Amino acid sequence: MSQKSFVWFCLLPLAVVTTAFFLLPMARLVVAGAEGPHGLAGYLAILTEARYRATLINTVLLAAATTVVTLIVATIAGMFLQRHRFPGRAVLIAMLTFPLAFPGVVVGFMIILLAGRQGLIGDLSNRIFGEKFVFAYSIYGLFLGYLYFSIPRVILTIMAAVQKLDVGLEEAARSLGASPWAVQRDVVLPALAPAFVASGAIAFATAMGAFGTAFTLATNIDVLPMLIYTEFTLAANFATSAALSVGLGLITWLILALARSFSGSAVAAAG
Amino acid sequence: MRDRLIFTGQFIFTLLVAAFLVVPAGLSISAGVTVNYFRGIQSGVTLQWVAQVWELYAGTILLSFVIAFATLAVTLLAGVPAAYALHARGGRLARIVEEIITLPLAIPGLAIALALLLAYGSFGDFRRSWLFILVGHVIFTMPFMVRSVMAVFATVDIKTLDEGAASLGASPWRRFRDVIVPNALPGILAGALMVVTLSLGEFNLTWMLHTPLTKTLPIGLADSYASMRLEVASAYTLIFFVMIIPLLVAMQLLADRDHKR
Repeated sequence: MSQKSFVWFCLLPLAVVTTAFFLLPMARLVVAGAEGPHGLAGYLAILTEARYRATLINTVLLAAATTVVTLIVATIAGMFLQRHRFPGRAVLIAMLTFPLAFPGVVVGFMIILLAGRQGLIGDLSNRIFGEKFVFAYSIYGLFLGYLYFSIPRVILTIMAAVQKLDVGLEEAARSLGASPWAVQRDVVLPALAPAFVASGAIAFATAMGAFGTAFTLATNIDVLPMLIYTEFTLAANFATSAALSVGLGLITWLILALARSFSGSAVAAAG
Repeated sequence: MRDRLIFTGQFIFTLLVAAFLVVPAGLSISAGVTVNYFRGIQSGVTLQWVAQVWELYAGTILLSFVIAFATLAVTLLAGVPAAYALHARGGRLARIVEEIITLPLAIPGLAIALALLLAYGSFGDFRRSWLFILVGHVIFTMPFMVRSVMAVFATVDIKTLDEGAASLGASPWRRFRDVIVPNALPGILAGALMVVTLSLGEFNLTWMLHTPLTKTLPIGLADSYASMRLEVASAYTLIFFVMIIPLLVAMQLLADRDHKR
């Protein structure tokens, strides 16, 4: 066998698997989205139908809030961990990154243990204020869950980016009389912008499409993945759920593609 | 003085964030071995919940391992040669192929699962078997294997090695077996750990693809969260932690070793 045909032969198994179990099904999904009573207009329902639009807006707002808060939290903690050396630092980093491999369902359970009916927060608030704070099963619980999910990922990216910063630039700014705050604002944060975009896009896309956490917390939280799930399984509304999931897939893919073209690094959302 | 204050503030903040992540996991571990969570750990320490989980859900744990290793086998057989081919061929086609196989990372698992259901849901025997879940896991984990192997090819000069072996008269297949694969081993190992970890924890796709007879561990977890007492759900989560943490540690050690080289 010649080298050239051997290379093609190497590619063959992957091509078969990807075509049969990814490309063809995705094409089927796109077609199914237009097979409803409204035909192609089914794709516009996500924008025209008030209920779907409200869910979409809800999901985008939740994902945006998750992204912003995660970035702030991860930047403060990541910068601190990368810039200082102290005993216990390695343990702290391990603690902050070990939830990386938790599936969404487990994250949901963590939130129930924190803010659920038998949760820690309710228990503490009951002792202090005489009232039980329970919010795990609402959109706030979901928000907390997405934070839990994205903080470890983003911290790792920020720490890697802080490590690559040129400390000389900061020293130069300081020697020219810039205040610590001005150094952060004008030197450090702009240099971290690509990391913010890359990790922020992952956090956003993951929060848009994650299903496991919402599923564990409650089935009546109004976000896009739950809507798709209920349309498909409970209402057996295949065309709508197909159109909605194509829309959701396009949004997450677009955000990640935009972030990648801006920051130049490969990004991936999982979970 | 001021630096000291900033340091302390950041330190406390970071500690709080770590607590947010670790405390619930700790609660879950302690609840899994507590006789009665409501009364607290004073009620005694027990393994009865772990035993009960084993009785109820051993099948899901077993199936998860079967699927994880089958996923690993498929991603190895299809992914490693493909990574080599994509690297050797290069150019536009390789970039497009890489782009396509990476798409499942950008598209929510729910959408991929729906696509698989719509395309193959009517093939009853296939739909009912665990192979249906396997297919989803393969699509979802394949990019990790391919990219992790390609990352190694980008650092070792595989082309020179390959051409050297070719000039000595080695056939393409022998070169692949004796030159390419041994050199790609670190990437294969990293990819394999990632594939198994992701497959063991995969829920989004699996929830849509499973049947009552093909439940994996995360499906069982969701089931126990919804219908079992907190102690049982916690014990189950504990078992999941015990399974997943060695994999995470191995991944970290591998990354550290790569870093030092």
